[in-house]
Amino acid sequence: MFRAIKYSLSLVAALTANFSFGAWDDLNMSPGATQLSQEIFGLHMTVFYVCLAIGIAVLLAMAFILFKYRKKEGVKPADFDDSTALEITWTVLFALILIVLAVPATSVMIKAYDDQEGDINILITGHQWKWQYEYIEDEVGFFSNLSTSLDKRNNLAPKDENYLLEVDEPLVIPTNTRVRFLITANDVIHSWWVPDFAIKQDAIPGFVNTGWTYVNEPGVFRGQCTELCGQYHGYMPIVVKAVSPEEYSTFINDKKQAKIQQALLTEKLWSTSELMEIGEATYQKNCVACHQVGGRGIPPVFPSLVGSEIVMRNKARHIEILMEGVQGAAMASYAEQLTEVEIAAVITYTRQAWGNAETGDGKIVIPKEILDYKNNKL
Amino acid sequence: MSAVIDSHHDDHHHGPAKGFSRWLYTTNHKDIGSMYLWFSLVMLFIGGAMAMVIRAELFEPGSQIVSPEFYNQMVTNHGLIMVFGVIMPAFVGFANWMIPMQIGAPDMALPRLNNLSFWILPVAFGILLSTFFMEGGAPNFGWTFYAPLSTEYAPPTVTFFIFSVHIMGASSIMGSINIITTILNMRAPGMTLMKMPLFVWSWFITAYLLIAVMPVLAGAVTMMLMDIHAGTSFFKAGGGGDPVLFQHIFWFFGHPEVYIMILPAFGIVSHIIETFSRKPIFGYSSMVYAIASIALLSFVVWAHHMFTVGMPIAGELFFMYSTMLIAIPTGVKVFNWLSTMFKGSLTFETPMLFAIAFVALFTIGGLSGIMLAIAPADFQYHDTYFVVAHFHYVLVPGALFSLLAAAYYWIPKWTGKMYDETLGKVHFWMSFISVNLTFFPMHFVGLAGMPRRIPDYAMQFADWNMMVSVGAFLFGISQLLFLFIVLKCIYNGKAATTEVWEGAKDRGFEWTVDSPAPYHTFSSPPSMESLKSSS
Amino acid sequence: MEARKSTLKLILFTFGMFGFGFALVPLYDVFCDITGLNGKVTGPTITTYDQEISSREVKITFVTSNNKQMPWSFKSSSPQMKVETGQDYLMDFTFTNTTDKPMIAQAVPSVSPGRGARYFHKTECFCFEQQFLAAGESITIPVKFIIDPELPDDISSLALGYTLFDVTEEFANLQAKN
Repeated sequence: MFRAIKYSLSLVAALTANFSFGAWDDLNMSPGATQLSQEIFGLHMTVFYVCLAIGIAVLLAMAFILFKYRKKEGVKPADFDDSTALEITWTVLFALILIVLAVPATSVMIKAYDDQEGDINILITGHQWKWQYEYIEDEVGFFSNLSTSLDKRNNLAPKDENYLLEVDEPLVIPTNTRVRFLITANDVIHSWWVPDFAIKQDAIPGFVNTGWTYVNEPGVFRGQCTELCGQYHGYMPIVVKAVSPEEYSTFINDKKQAKIQQALLTEKLWSTSELMEIGEATYQKNCVACHQVGGRGIPPVFPSLVGSEIVMRNKARHIEILMEGVQGAAMASYAEQLTEVEIAAVITYTRQAWGNAETGDGKIVIPKEILDYKNNKL
Repeated sequence: MSAVIDSHHDDHHHGPAKGFSRWLYTTNHKDIGSMYLWFSLVMLFIGGAMAMVIRAELFEPGSQIVSPEFYNQMVTNHGLIMVFGVIMPAFVGFANWMIPMQIGAPDMALPRLNNLSFWILPVAFGILLSTFFMEGGAPNFGWTFYAPLSTEYAPPTVTFFIFSVHIMGASSIMGSINIITTILNMRAPGMTLMKMPLFVWSWFITAYLLIAVMPVLAGAVTMMLMDIHAGTSFFKAGGGGDPVLFQHIFWFFGHPEVYIMILPAFGIVSHIIETFSRKPIFGYSSMVYAIASIALLSFVVWAHHMFTVGMPIAGELFFMYSTMLIAIPTGVKVFNWLSTMFKGSLTFETPMLFAIAFVALFTIGGLSGIMLAIAPADFQYHDTYFVVAHFHYVLVPGALFSLLAAAYYWIPKWTGKMYDETLGKVHFWMSFISVNLTFFPMHFVGLAGMPRRIPDYAMQFADWNMMVSVGAFLFGISQLLFLFIVLKCIYNGKAATTEVWEGAKDRGFEWTVDSPAPYHTFSSPPSMESLKSSS
Repeated sequence: MEARKSTLKLILFTFGMFGFGFALVPLYDVFCDITGLNGKVTGPTITTYDQEISSREVKITFVTSNNKQMPWSFKSSSPQMKVETGQDYLMDFTFTNTTDKPMIAQAVPSVSPGRGARYFHKTECFCFEQQFLAAGESITIPVKFIIDPELPDDISSLALGYTLFDVTEEFANLQAKN
């Protein structure tokens, strides 16, 4: 009861705060950051005002009728029941209003469907439950995961402004450039939506859809997956960072460097603690959703890693599972989305953590082994 | 088939049997109607409890009471139960009770089929609900069950879900065949099609929609079943199929389906407004044509649910224009209701209050529907809470309010007793306020960018969501009051007159028989002359 | 009896609609063929164009992706290519079975924007053909294509996407049945 009162008070406070600061932004669509999004916003407002006017007119007429013709002593109700002229009049009226709305809608639609080529092309792939971005011309790419901590999601840490709308690695695009997105999915249907670009395009396995944008000013734009894609559908946000073309080329060069660096890293000598550190971070980012914080999973769907026969004693099979996934189960292959270092580290971590090292063989795995695994397959 | 009708004539003058077997074996349209209505009331509370879980989870940002997986099961089953377990069976219940009485028939044309079509319904929902206790949990892929989430990536219980949908479909189809056959063959002499009451007309058209699209849904789930168990590739891209094909087939069923849930409401509201305005319905024939044209248009608008799947522009424009056209007959209906009230002599009993709220709030839902029809703007609305607001405005203060209005309107005829008018009005005002508190702010969070079907949300949506949750809890409590009012009416209501509502006896055959209506209504067909305004 | 007649008619209609649900599958394919809905493309066709027709440059982007649980490596030899409409071109795609068991895969093509699909003629391709590869085996297969000179002027770029699916199990099931 006390909780309820507390909440209703905070509700009232929150609402008044909202209104007093004229939070129209929180009530309406964002005009967005591109010319197209602004045109769609304009169209939305036009249709909204027309609908608002009709709504108010109908409700006022209704209120008037309800008041004026309430039952009174000695007043007999009329008994007319038809008027063809009236019916035709308002049918024509509705048709005219719809034509007025259809004209701007059609013109914005034609602008949205612009199939000119892009200056750069980015392949966006939806996965359960993260986005993958690949820069087609530069042949670099990465995965973008939710970075909001589990503590915040479980109310153990305070939430901040970008709660659930933050990622470990945002998509970076250049300003003043026509960016074309090729959108597909790896498993189920997802939908890539950035409200500020007015792009919402379904990502469908086996099909490639397109969207495009042209951003004028640098900025950070946030969106979310908008097609139910399984249990963590609400946890795969999109963050796009628009930067100047100069900054963008630095970013791409860094990415290319990192790709080369990654190959070198696998030659290095590794200590267990280094591997454990990277392994823990990798586990938190990629594995914790299913296998859970303590490694115990949610059997039978997500098996426990604690005391598991494979994790304890079968190193070869352990590597194989990470590289190939498990047929017919939720475990996917991580060969493409994690680096050799990360895979080696996360295997090492799971073999060492939660007391596994004490009861199992506790063997560590170095990045070279993963690289060898890959090369042996070739 | 004639044997069925004959056997019915044999027990014509017996009263109902006693005990549970009365209900199990009954072929009486009133018994079956009552069972449909009680069934949907029970399902309303089950589906409503799921809505309460959803709103508790969304009360504040952060994980609250259930896991994301269970949240998806709640969202899915809330949708399935409300659509197939509440709104549709409730309308069938009213059809069973009222169609024979309104057309002057002794019973439905196919009474045994009628019994069967009801009794398989609890079986279907028993199967669906039992999946909650199975390994893998209940269906979790949304009531629209898009492939491949509902096929390759579904929990193993999907097979039970498919079976359950088949049974629900069979029930609806049998019910519809019965309704059409009854309407075509059992009208009182002199009742031509264009003299039928509007509720009968609306159901006549709805029943045709049902037998046209429920088999298509059955086909869609059969294809799913084959993809899952028989290795076919209807919806598997890897085998040459197409997941988008599923959406086309689903919405070819799904859009007529949403009109199935609203057309009978149009009929009900027309009767109530006419009665409490003490004035004949305005534009009877245009009402009939409007319902028919909405039904026909519903077959050519389906892809407006799919504006973001990547259709070619010609497709987008076609479905945008066809969808906008629906506004015309719908607008005609709203204007006709206003004109019926114009220069009437209005009183505001509970059924009328719900009917007026229906017209007002359905108009809001209709207007947001026009906004959603505008394809480029829909890129921003699609799959957000704006859509959730829209369809709840047409389904809750739309379909559900019309059902409540109808229950208050006809319950004195069924039970022979009056409900408590004061409590009825309290129920109305509580429902009216809380329904707006629940669904109106959803427009705002939707426009501000909150996707639907998410178990947790970003901070900027927090205030409105809390308000929505408070509204939803209030709305839930208000419906418990309805249950109390119904029980109080049955056990403790004041006796109702034959006419029940002032002047009603001129408006339909149902108001010319005793209250409560006798177990077998018309032993000989009533005459059209007994109705003054038979238009 | 009237009631029996109308009941029978309605039952017949119901079964008809059930059949119609299934008929939507081929109808949809025809519809896709005409409109290019979803970039569905047909198998190889034999096409040549009169060299007289004025040609223009179009940029083709090749996209390869793997569906879930598909560990093969699958790449085009280059991500992009500038072509002239009406001319024959060739692009190599390399499939490598990186696992230690034999597998069967199928690449599903998709052209974007969808309405460009009917102007993208592949005279030779591996679409709708299964690839059998032994463990560690690799194969390079060319796709030969011509862009129709009738391609609408506002399309200056087309993307040909291939998604690789693992069909080993489906194929084994099919074999078992035959």
